[in-house]
Amino acid sequence: MQSLTHVGDDRYSSRRSREPARSGLALAAFSLGLGLAELLTPAGLATLIGLPDTRRTRLVLRALGARELLAGVGLLARPRSAGWLWSRVLGDAVDLTLLGDGFNRRRAKVGRLIAATAAVAGVTAIDTFSAARQSRSTSLERILAPIHVFRTITINREPSEVYEFWRDLRNLPRFMAHLESVEVSGQKSRWRAKGPAGMVIGWDAEVVSDEPGVRLAWTSVEGSTRVPNRGVVRFNRAPGRRGTEVQVELKYEPPAGAVGAAFAKLFGEEPSQQIDGDLRRLKQVLETGEVLQSDASIHRGMHPARPARNTDSVQLKGAAE
Amino acid sequence: MKANCWMGKKKVSVEDVPDPKILNSHDAIIRVTSTAICGSDLHLYNGYVPSMEHGDVLGHEFMGEVVEVGSSVRKLRVGDRVVVPFPIACGKCYSCQQGTTSLCENSNPNAWLAEKMWGHSPCGIFGYSHLLGGFAGGQAEYVRVPFADFGPIKVPAHLSDDQVLFLSDILPTGYMGAEMCDIQPGQVIAVWGAGPVGQFAIASAKLLGAERVIAIDRYAYRLNMAAEKAGATDVINYEETDVHEALLEMTGGRGPDACIDAVGLESHSHGPVYALDRAKQALMIESDRPLALRQAIRECRNGGIVSVSGVYGGFVDTFPMGVVVNRALTIKSGQCHAHRYLAPLLERIERGDLDPSFVITHRLPLSEAARGFELFNKKLDACEKVVLKAA
Repeated sequence: MQSLTHVGDDRYSSRRSREPARSGLALAAFSLGLGLAELLTPAGLATLIGLPDTRRTRLVLRALGARELLAGVGLLARPRSAGWLWSRVLGDAVDLTLLGDGFNRRRAKVGRLIAATAAVAGVTAIDTFSAARQSRSTSLERILAPIHVFRTITINREPSEVYEFWRDLRNLPRFMAHLESVEVSGQKSRWRAKGPAGMVIGWDAEVVSDEPGVRLAWTSVEGSTRVPNRGVVRFNRAPGRRGTEVQVELKYEPPAGAVGAAFAKLFGEEPSQQIDGDLRRLKQVLETGEVLQSDASIHRGMHPARPARNTDSVQLKGAAE
Repeated sequence: MKANCWMGKKKVSVEDVPDPKILNSHDAIIRVTSTAICGSDLHLYNGYVPSMEHGDVLGHEFMGEVVEVGSSVRKLRVGDRVVVPFPIACGKCYSCQQGTTSLCENSNPNAWLAEKMWGHSPCGIFGYSHLLGGFAGGQAEYVRVPFADFGPIKVPAHLSDDQVLFLSDILPTGYMGAEMCDIQPGQVIAVWGAGPVGQFAIASAKLLGAERVIAIDRYAYRLNMAAEKAGATDVINYEETDVHEALLEMTGGRGPDACIDAVGLESHSHGPVYALDRAKQALMIESDRPLALRQAIRECRNGGIVSVSGVYGGFVDTFPMGVVVNRALTIKSGQCHAHRYLAPLLERIERGDLDPSFVITHRLPLSEAARGFELFNKKLDACEKVVLKAA
């Protein structure tokens, strides 16, 4: 079992996604430079690429310059955006069309036009490659990347109390929205989670490290699931008599295909937000005895009390203090 | 039951809605006898608070009789007459135990939404948008009150609804506004806004020992109330008098020791700066227009305190941070931690130190809530405070 104690940089960013950002930024700089040149010195640029310096050429170049600036700013703001990268590809296609049209114009310098067309074709290749890679990694990362969440919350209870509550794994569905049930037998437990469209995903887990009042770690049993997962929770005494800092770290490795996709959907777009909600409910259960619901809003016609978002799947078992 | 619902910008109407139910074991259901329209309800009415939904039941100032309690409720019983503080607070979390109940860590089921907007979430509030929990409000015949053992305060039968209703919000809010000024004997306090919270801030500043309390507004009837009922020693009508010159004159050129902003995000003024703020707000460049706050900061004496009771929701523009730093000002603020003021203020009312009912200018049946909102919003008929009688 791989230890989850030291996660280093991996916790906040993944190395894999840095590179597209770098190429996105380089393309942004290119767009900004070219855009400025087209806007400010259309005459010089026209001569450089072999087009006749007419009013029409300058107008077209200025328009293209404005487009480049827009794409540049867009990419600068979101260098990983496949959308902005594809916008560059589209722009390249327009440039190539206009350059092709240039060959039919009188007074065009064919040699320079060929050089310019070759340069744009090269840029087009780079743009297409970057955009395609980004599109693929955006959609695949979302489904295939291990879901790795590290969240923390402070609970106004002794570390031993919070540990005891968590150690009885049957309590987990009381605050973990996606869990249906956890059955415990010895060190092993059977977990069942609700998937989309009534699908149930189940796996066996075992406790692999248990330091009462301090730390608890578990992992799914190999072969019991196609979604290997493991977690560790630490119970640190909070400074200033503020109770316990609960630190949760979860890692899921969903496979490709339907099961993985269903699993990814369980966590929605932002798994950390889901875990935040779970921890907030844990805090409510431990501090007040139950999960607070908010109530009657009659929006869209009259209907009975409407529970708050994300809490409807949490069972309100017993409200004892 | 009947309830006053938010139906869009500048539109409220009393609708038939389902009766509230006990949803948590700490809940109580209250039959509302009196409820009021708060100045902060006008921010909802005028569409300045995001995440309101069609049909949301409004109202966070209310009182009434307990008609049902959940299985974990120990202190409240059916039949008790109670006033309910507007922040929903659990009483068990660190913030509640520190007395800062408007920062309750457990009472906003939509905390994730508030965190997106403000970084961390404050408490939930009755009838005050989904950002603050999506709780149905108390401008209704019945209302569900979570954490019933911690929030509501029982009130004695010999005090009328009108005398105790404002414990729910505006009285403690005005009091906290004055308390944040750390008033020392001989000090001069200036209060921007002579609405109901401003009136109570003025009255509280006097109770806390201020020598001179200056009310600033543009409505003569409100300034009259401040002088005659709340105890303001001076008033400034900013449409007739230059506030800066007047404050210098009243304070020997020092400026007030503390300034209270009891206006909030829909402040008014005149001149090009006001027009610019209105335009920026309309274009959504800034969400809140802080004209009173900017002036309060400018006018405050060196090293003084600016206490912000008025409601702000998002962003303000052209904030005079240079004034704050270079003149060593302290800014204090917060939604009122109403719970901690309930018992002491009830005691003051019982002793006769204070009769908060002086702010009431209109008593209407709940069914006329829409008219109440219009009167209050447009300041028609010398409207200062509207109380709705639900039963």
